[in-house]
Amino acid sequence: MTTAHTNFVEYAKLRSDFALIANWIKPGAKVLDLGCGDGALLGYLRDTSNVRGYGIEKDDANWLACMENGIDVIQMDLEAGLSGFEAQSFDVVVLSQTLQAVQNTEGIVQEMLRVGREAIVTFPNFGYWRHRIQLMAGQMPVSKNLPYQWYDTPNVHLCTIKDFDEFCANHNIRIEERLVLTDGRRISLLPNLMGSLAMYRLKTRLISGAT
Amino acid sequence: MSESTSVGIVAAQTARFSEPLTLKSGVVLPQFHLIHETYGKLNADKSNAVMVCHALSGNHHVAGKYSENDKYPGWWDNLIGPGRPLDTNRFFVIGLNNLGGCHGSSGPSSTNPATDKPWGATFPVVTVEDWVASQVRLADYFGIPQLAAVIGGSLGGMQALQWTISYPDRIRHALVIAAAPNLTAQNIAFNEVARQAIMTDPEFHDGYYYNHGVVPRRGLRIARMLGHITYLSDGAMGEKFGRKLKDGKIKYSFDVEFEMESYLRYQGDKFAGEFDANTYLRMTRALDYFDLALEYNGDLTAALTGAKANFLVVSFTSDWRFSSTRSREIVKALLGNELSVSYAEVTAAHGHDAFLMPDPHYHDILRAYFKKIETGDAA
Repeated sequence: MTTAHTNFVEYAKLRSDFALIANWIKPGAKVLDLGCGDGALLGYLRDTSNVRGYGIEKDDANWLACMENGIDVIQMDLEAGLSGFEAQSFDVVVLSQTLQAVQNTEGIVQEMLRVGREAIVTFPNFGYWRHRIQLMAGQMPVSKNLPYQWYDTPNVHLCTIKDFDEFCANHNIRIEERLVLTDGRRISLLPNLMGSLAMYRLKTRLISGAT
Repeated sequence: MSESTSVGIVAAQTARFSEPLTLKSGVVLPQFHLIHETYGKLNADKSNAVMVCHALSGNHHVAGKYSENDKYPGWWDNLIGPGRPLDTNRFFVIGLNNLGGCHGSSGPSSTNPATDKPWGATFPVVTVEDWVASQVRLADYFGIPQLAAVIGGSLGGMQALQWTISYPDRIRHALVIAAAPNLTAQNIAFNEVARQAIMTDPEFHDGYYYNHGVVPRRGLRIARMLGHITYLSDGAMGEKFGRKLKDGKIKYSFDVEFEMESYLRYQGDKFAGEFDANTYLRMTRALDYFDLALEYNGDLTAALTGAKANFLVVSFTSDWRFSSTRSREIVKALLGNELSVSYAEVTAAHGHDAFLMPDPHYHDILRAYFKKIETGDAA
């Protein structure tokens, strides 16, 4: 949805993940938001913690919304990689609720950690109990975080928290922090079952040599 | 939204500069003049001025008409006017004819004050840096300490880029459209064919054709025909002309048979009747020589280190002469300097010429960008 925002801080009250992402980003940091939509997250980070941000967005209408929201935005397709960006040129690269919709998942996560010193990835947890119940009832899950029917969904790579943990372990990625939410509340007990939204702060795992 | 209209009837003025200008080549122009037009009103603190830089064959007549009877308005009329993307209710817009041009500024076809004869081939070779150095004099002439923006497409976009390096404190925003940090070898090759067409025309007379009362019309015509092919995309040509025949049937002759030929010949003839061959040579050379990163070992990021402006970079998907790849190089270098930059890759069928077309999304982009440019007090 594209919106011309007048107040990003007000809008962020509707997006429980914004403040949590902001907690993970140092004031004044240089941030790249992949698939930034109308630029609301970057606007919020700019207004609350003086973050210097750029968005990447493919869609024409979203691009214009960013421009109207005063966000610097680069029009390109994420699937083509981030070759227009120097290695380690950003403090943080964010992929907010877009992981499940990209084709080249491995490539993009690796590119995030090439361009950024840190990566923040958030995605809807397919393992959430409401999703599991719908599957057990014989239907594809539809929920607040997965609001599409099977035939019109842009999501092609849905995963569970357990899947993503394993993905990180297999791809030389260190999980710095992980937060799991349902309706904006933190979930610590049985997160892969009870959580609807997963948030990760990631770094490249340094291969420790002999010392 | 308020109605968008043309700027209406306009008139050109000439600014004369008597301070010598040392060109990149080392040649000194003791004096020069620049013909220009302005639209809108310069505000009290002179913070709302936008300079429009023209491309290869453009000039100072950017918007409006000289009389109600004029068939066509200025070359970027669709962009400029009250309520248009470059809104003259807010901005004071300056269009000029570059040094070396043939529409009223000092150039090969103008009179050399030292000899009282046309400069002809003796008019020096000018560069993008020289143009920008002369344009800053024009800003001085209006008493403008800092331009709100410089906008240009193609070679005009190169000038906008150059402004941000040559005079970083005198430009707040650069709108760099369908441009490149330098020409590719293929682009230089096209320019050379165009120049050869002109220079091998028997009526070129080494650039002194004015003295012989002739113009190298054939050469100019071929140069323009070639250029025109490269400014359009194969798709746009196919859609407009396809293989349509002018008279509906093949005649087994070398007359104009295809609509495409008819169009090219018309464009070539029109151009040869109004453009100066010596200017064409200089404009294409300025394009060839432009190379932002030349003095930085090809490092474009280093070349743009001194820039302070905010940038909008725009490219068009079907533009193969100044492709999106080249614009992305500019964007990468601007990001490397942590400058404010937005980049739009407009899906358009018209090739390089798309930057002149009133595509709704393209115009929305420019409108949105100009809206965010602050102009101090109201105009």
